[in-house]
Amino acid sequence: MRVSVQLDDFDIGQELDLFRNGKSNTGAIVSFQGIVRNNSENSLLNMDIEQYPGMTQKAISKYVMTAVERWSLNDALVIHRHGKLFPGDQIMMVATAAMHRHDAFQSAEFLMDYLKSRAPFWKKEITKQGYHWVESVLDDEKALERW
Amino acid sequence: MIKVLYFAWVRERIGVPYEMLETQSGTVMELVEELKQKEERYKVAFSDLSALKVAVDQELCEFDTELNGALEVAFFPPMTGG
Repeated sequence: MRVSVQLDDFDIGQELDLFRNGKSNTGAIVSFQGIVRNNSENSLLNMDIEQYPGMTQKAISKYVMTAVERWSLNDALVIHRHGKLFPGDQIMMVATAAMHRHDAFQSAEFLMDYLKSRAPFWKKEITKQGYHWVESVLDDEKALERW
Repeated sequence: MIKVLYFAWVRERIGVPYEMLETQSGTVMELVEELKQKEERYKVAFSDLSALKVAVDQELCEFDTELNGALEVAFFPPMTGG
């Protein structure tokens, strides 16, 4: 298991190769990549992601451990960036490795749902008109109910 | 002494990322009330608690959670990660 909260970009291809390495009992790896999306007016200059140093790593690790246990995963990886990001940049990635694809898909979705509304990150969008903090969406909170 | 941290717009409204406080408050709610008495900026930041989340010693909790010698309390809006 690996959880990394970092400023730097990452190479998702290289990360997935490393992640796959030496997992002879794994039949399925599911990965998700989160990207900075421009807004509907295309006016996003950049995004600033704030985090709670100390708690972030701990909170993500807790959900990763829950996922590993619940879906009997062979491994799980989460990389989440913070700091200044531009449209098209990678924000984060999740990868899960299981014997069968169902567990890999389900656990990746579970981790995504929890990272969205339970990991201490806050997105600020800087546009040509000024800036605003991204508000949480009720649907993201509701998404947790299915787990 | 307890370390009180603020994130995102809560930090902007209060004007500091964290502060060290000497407090007798027994719960998070009592601490909030104590801060609101202090200055207007706290009153503004804590005007709608339903828009806020709290963590005690880096664990998400509720406003009625007891402080019980906690070292750290953090206030912030709902998270928007992922």
